[in-house]
Amino acid sequence: MFFRMIKGTLLRQWKKMLMIAFTIALGASLAAAMLSVMFDVGDKVNQELKTYGANITVVPKSASVLNELYEVEGGQNTGAYLREDELGKIKTIFWAFNIVDYAPFVTVNSTLDDGSEIKIIGSWFNHHMELPTGEQLDAGIAGLRSWWEIESGDWLDEQSSNQEDSAMIGTALAKKLNLSVGNTIHVKGSDGGKIFKIAGIFDAGGEEDDQIFAPLNAVQELADLDGCIDSIEVSALTTPDNELAEKAAKDPSSLTVSQYEIWYCTAYASSICYQIQEVITDSVASPVRQVADSEGAIMEKTQLLMILITILSMIGAALGICNLVTASVMERSSEIGLMKAIGAQNGAISGLVLTEIFITAVFGGIIGFFAGFGFAQIIGHTVFGSAISMKPVVIPIVAILVVLVTLAGSIPAIRMLLRLRPAEVLHGGH
Amino acid sequence: MSLLELKNVYKIYGELHALDNVNMKVEKGEWVSIMGPSGSGKSTMMNIIGCMDKPSKGEVLLDGVDISKENAKNLTTVRRDKIGLIFQQFHLVNYLTAVENVMLAQYYHSLPDEKEAMEALERVGLADRAKHLPSQLSGGEQQRVCVARALINYPEIILADEPTGNLDEANEEIVVDLFHKLHNEGTTLIVVTHDPEVAEVAQRTVVLRNGRVVKEVQNQNFTGKIHFDEEGTHVTKKDLKSEEEIQAEEHAHENQ
Repeated sequence: MFFRMIKGTLLRQWKKMLMIAFTIALGASLAAAMLSVMFDVGDKVNQELKTYGANITVVPKSASVLNELYEVEGGQNTGAYLREDELGKIKTIFWAFNIVDYAPFVTVNSTLDDGSEIKIIGSWFNHHMELPTGEQLDAGIAGLRSWWEIESGDWLDEQSSNQEDSAMIGTALAKKLNLSVGNTIHVKGSDGGKIFKIAGIFDAGGEEDDQIFAPLNAVQELADLDGCIDSIEVSALTTPDNELAEKAAKDPSSLTVSQYEIWYCTAYASSICYQIQEVITDSVASPVRQVADSEGAIMEKTQLLMILITILSMIGAALGICNLVTASVMERSSEIGLMKAIGAQNGAISGLVLTEIFITAVFGGIIGFFAGFGFAQIIGHTVFGSAISMKPVVIPIVAILVVLVTLAGSIPAIRMLLRLRPAEVLHGGH
Repeated sequence: MSLLELKNVYKIYGELHALDNVNMKVEKGEWVSIMGPSGSGKSTMMNIIGCMDKPSKGEVLLDGVDISKENAKNLTTVRRDKIGLIFQQFHLVNYLTAVENVMLAQYYHSLPDEKEAMEALERVGLADRAKHLPSQLSGGEQQRVCVARALINYPEIILADEPTGNLDEANEEIVVDLFHKLHNEGTTLIVVTHDPEVAEVAQRTVVLRNGRVVKEVQNQNFTGKIHFDEEGTHVTKKDLKSEEEIQAEEHAHENQ
């Protein structure tokens, strides 16, 4: 009997029910879209920010102590070095797949023929690596310094055999020395001197514009520092820090075993740093705070915006449902009055009306969820230029929101239904 | 003990006394008509007897239990178990068939039983229309479905509000005929009407005016039987006294 009545109502009031389903679908679609974007925005923002450089620097332990004492960044030429042969290990840590790019650096103070002092920096440009895992990787500053503008020439191609003695020179230094692509420059080092052919002139917008960047091995030879590097810059996909990450960053030994496991198995910048330190001897890895903080701030604001839109869309849906359900109950007042008159208790009638609305809500919610996922893809492609992945957690959240909104929207109608007196709707009061 | 007794019942809306010190008794198996012009308090009285409203003052004893102080939930239970309601507007659920409308009363009472619902429709002569929707039934047929729905849970009292108000003469006779049958089977009937012809076929007529019982007349011509002509068709009794005649008789009786 119950289902005959449900069926009867749904079929008889199909237009109204369709409107309710549409309203719920609209709210659910916005919620699903915003939540999908919100849960995926972390990775998306991370990827966006990766274009602005490394977010972790690794320096020798002694250099780190000096940095902390004198509050300077860089850590060059402190006399302590990291080992080049350990660089491959970075791609063997627990969060190896989150390491997008990295490059070693060795900085040498050198002099030119005219006696002027310059800094020449050895690094990887597009260094090809075959890792023990079988993975192949091209790492270097071509990826890490993607914002550099190449004014003339091109990025130095390490994999090309004729560019072994090439270098890239900053635009300010090139102007000062009146050098252009194809010219050579002679630099003096502890192990004699070296002639570099200019492969490209770049504009970095910073102190690098007065420096020369050359292949790592060439600079090591120049300074007689074979196998030595003084810093590594790492670009990693990280999860924004929370209280646990901050606590761990200060002192990982202060964590309990379970906290340690959670922290270690989450891609916090601090846990990735910790794991890098584990594989690079006598090193200190630390997050570049500016980038990490920007990530956190952007994500917090983006997520807040998404939550606000979700809340507003749900409030809108609740108001729409409220009007439609109330109109439906008013239209059926004599039918509801009759049910009460023949012995239906308030609970039975409320149950009937709520079941009808919830069946409609499920229908609208499912349609809304898939439509929302479609909206999320549009947002993903428009804003981030890539698809938004479906996070399973969005499904129960949208389901709970739909239930809450349907319940909230039905409250005025149910209150009206409870107050409805059969005598008033079946015949006059007196 | 009377099946129903109203003791000093008032229903007051601000300044208006919809019922004003009403006293009335209905015995088990009795057929009582409540008559009166519009605004006399008929519907208010029906609402109170039908447990759809509560009096402002006074007692309403149904089967010896005072229902005037019960809460809405208990009143619904009393209404469900003891009262069968028939309305002028029929109030059938328009997306349920005739038999489903009857089963609806069973559903809220105990358990729906289609066989029993069909038997109830048979009693009102509508077995062949059981699967029809209300929109496919005539007014008289809809009212008979309403009677079947009122009967299905074997109530103590059938309470009918203007049951023939929306019917033509032929259907009116069919419904009155049904009431005769129910009365003969021992059902207690309270029929609220403003139609003297319907009122006068009852055992007793209670006349209300301005919320007061102004007359209570035992219909002398009531036989308690259904009257048939030679062809077996039911004939309503139209030779009963009019309200004016009753008033005149009362007046003469008081003067004596």
